[in-house]
Amino acid sequence: MRSLRPALLAGAVLLTAACSNIQPWVKPYERDRLADPIMAWERDAISTGYLDHIREAREGSRGATGSAGGGCGCN
Amino acid sequence: MHISTAKFFKRCAMTAIVVASTAFAADAGGPAPAFTLEALSGGQAALSQYKGQVVMVNFWATWCGPCQQEMPLLDQMYKKYKPAGFTLIGVNVDKEAPAVKELLARKPVSFPVLLDPANQVSKAYHVDEMPSSVIIDRKGEIRYIHRGYKPGDENDYQDRIRQLIRE
Amino acid sequence: MDKARAHRILGRMAVLTALLLVRATSADVLPDDRADLFYSKYSGGGMDITGESVLARKKITEDFALEASYFVDKVSGASIDVLSQASQIKDERKQKTGTIEFVHDKTTYTLSYINSVERDYKSNTTSFSLKQDMFGDLTTLSLGYAHTDDGVGENDGTAFVPIIVWLGHAQSDSYNVGVSQILTKNLIAGLDVNVIYDNGYLANPYRSYRYLDPSNAKGYSLASQIYPDTRTSTAVQGEVKYYLPYRAAVTGSYRYFTDTWGLVGNTYELDYTHPLANIWILEGRLRFYKQNSANFYSDLYQFAGEYNFMARDQDLAAGENTTIGAKVTYAFLPDGWKMFKRATATFDLSRIEFHYLDFRNIKYYGLPQYQPGTEPLYGFNATVYQIYISMFF
Repeated sequence: MRSLRPALLAGAVLLTAACSNIQPWVKPYERDRLADPIMAWERDAISTGYLDHIREAREGSRGATGSAGGGCGCN
Repeated sequence: MHISTAKFFKRCAMTAIVVASTAFAADAGGPAPAFTLEALSGGQAALSQYKGQVVMVNFWATWCGPCQQEMPLLDQMYKKYKPAGFTLIGVNVDKEAPAVKELLARKPVSFPVLLDPANQVSKAYHVDEMPSSVIIDRKGEIRYIHRGYKPGDENDYQDRIRQLIRE
Repeated sequence: MDKARAHRILGRMAVLTALLLVRATSADVLPDDRADLFYSKYSGGGMDITGESVLARKKITEDFALEASYFVDKVSGASIDVLSQASQIKDERKQKTGTIEFVHDKTTYTLSYINSVERDYKSNTTSFSLKQDMFGDLTTLSLGYAHTDDGVGENDGTAFVPIIVWLGHAQSDSYNVGVSQILTKNLIAGLDVNVIYDNGYLANPYRSYRYLDPSNAKGYSLASQIYPDTRTSTAVQGEVKYYLPYRAAVTGSYRYFTDTWGLVGNTYELDYTHPLANIWILEGRLRFYKQNSANFYSDLYQFAGEYNFMARDQDLAAGENTTIGAKVTYAFLPDGWKMFKRATATFDLSRIEFHYLDFRNIKYYGLPQYQPGTEPLYGFNATVYQIYISMFF
C-alpha cells in the first residue's frame, strides 16, 4: 500500500483538477423540463411526510427518504 | 410534436442565419455577437438594427421564476430610458412558442421579444445563468453581464444604463 | 397500528419532517409562498388514525423564509397487540413545527424545531441542514443533522381515566449526506445516506414478548420487552427521475437499510406522474418493502428471560408490505385569482397489504386449535386516504 500512496495522491489531485474544469453539460437555458413541477423530487411535503410516518410506524427501516436539487437552477 | 413543412424550413433557415452570424463568443469587453431572430409579434429583428443605442439583451424563459419577477421592472426601465436612446430586447429561450404567447398575453411587455428556441444566441452569448442580462454600448461592445436576478438588481441595471447613455 | 406504536413514531416523524425539509428544488431560489390544509385517515389492523394539519410558508425577503405547521393525530381502536385490555384506545397527538430558511449565493440553510406532545409521549427535535449547488448548478450537495429528545411514558389507567407513569428518555442523533445530480435535460438522480444513533429507552412500553408457559391456560405468558439501549442504523437511498417526451415523469427508487439490531430492510418504489394541460396531475405509485427480523426478536420464547434482549414488536418482525397508490390533483385556480398564484385540491388513496413472516396472530387464534407457535401468521390491509388544498401566493 505504501507504494500506492503517491499514485493515489496524484490521482486525487488530478481528479480535483479535472472536476474544476468540467463545464456544465446541461445549460441553464436547457433546463425547461427539469424546472417542470412534475420533475420536482417533492411536490407535496405534507403528504409525503404523512405516508413516510405511516411506513415508519410499521417498518423497522427509517431514514434516507429525501433528495434535493434539480429544478430551474435560476440565480 | 407536429410542425408544418413550411414552418420547419423556416426554422432551419432561421437557424442557418443565426449560425452564420454568430461568429464570435461573447465576453464582457468584446464585440456583441450579431444575431437575427424571429420576433414574437411577427417578422424578424436583428441586433444590428439597434446600433448607436444602448442595448440590454435579457435572456429569459417562461419556466424561470426570477425571470418573471424582473419582467415588469424591465418594462418600466425600457419605457423610462427609451427616449434617451436605450432599447431592451427580450430573448426567450423556450422550446415552444405557445407558452410564451400565453404568458405575454396575460402579462404584456412593451419591449421587443425575440424567440431563440434553438438556443443558438444563448450559446453565442455564453449564457450560464438564468436570467442573464447583457448590456451593450452604442458601439456594439459588451460592457456588463448580469447573471441571475434578485430584487434590487434593477437599480444596478439602471446605474449601468445611465452611465452608458451618457457616453 | 396501536397508539403505543405511534410513540416510537413521534421521534421518527420529527426527524422525518426535518429531513423532508431538505427536499426542495434548487438550492438558490426559495420555494413559493404557500398554505396547505390537510386531512388524512388511516384504517387498518383494527386502528383508525386521522390526521389534520395546516401549513404555511412565507418569504420575508427574497433570501429568507419562515414556515410553520400544526398537526393533530387522533388514534382510536385496538391493534393486534392489545390483548388484555378490553377498552379501546383513544389518544391525541399534537405537533408544532417551525422552520427558518435562508439563501445566500448558491447555499440554502435550514433550521427547524419540532415539538410533539401526547399524553404519554413527548418529543422535541432540532435540525439543521445545508444545501449547496455546484458544478454549474447541476449538482446539489445536502448535509443535515437532527437531534431528538423523547420522554417515554406509559398509561397505566384507561383511555378515559389515564394514569401516566414516565419511564425514561431517549435521544437520537441523525446525520445525512445527499447528492443530487442532473444527468441530462430529462434525467436527474439522487443518492442519500442517513446514519442514526439512538440511545435510551427504546422499547415500546405497551408491547410484551411471549414465552411458553404450560401453567397458563393459553399455553404462553407475556412479559415486558427488554431492548438494547442503543441502536445505530444506516440507510442508503438511490433515486432516479426521468422526463418522458409527452410530458410525464417516472421515478424509481431503492433504499437499503441496516442496523445494529440485525435488521435489514429493502424498499423499492416506482412512481408515475402524468399531467393533463395545466389543470390535472395524475399520479400512480407502487411500493414494495421487505425486512428480516431483528436479532432479539421472537414470536415465542422458550421461557422467561431466555435472552438478555427480547422483543415481540411488529416493527421488528420479518415481513413485507406492498402499497398501491393513486393521487389526483386538480388546479381549481390554475392561473391564480387576486392574491393567489395558483390553488389546487388533491385526493390521494393508498392501499397497503401487510404480511408478517414470523409474527403470529395470537389475538384471534390459540388453544385448543393452535398450539403456541403454530397460530396463523398475521397479515392485514390498510387504506390511507388524504385530502388537501394547497394555495400558492
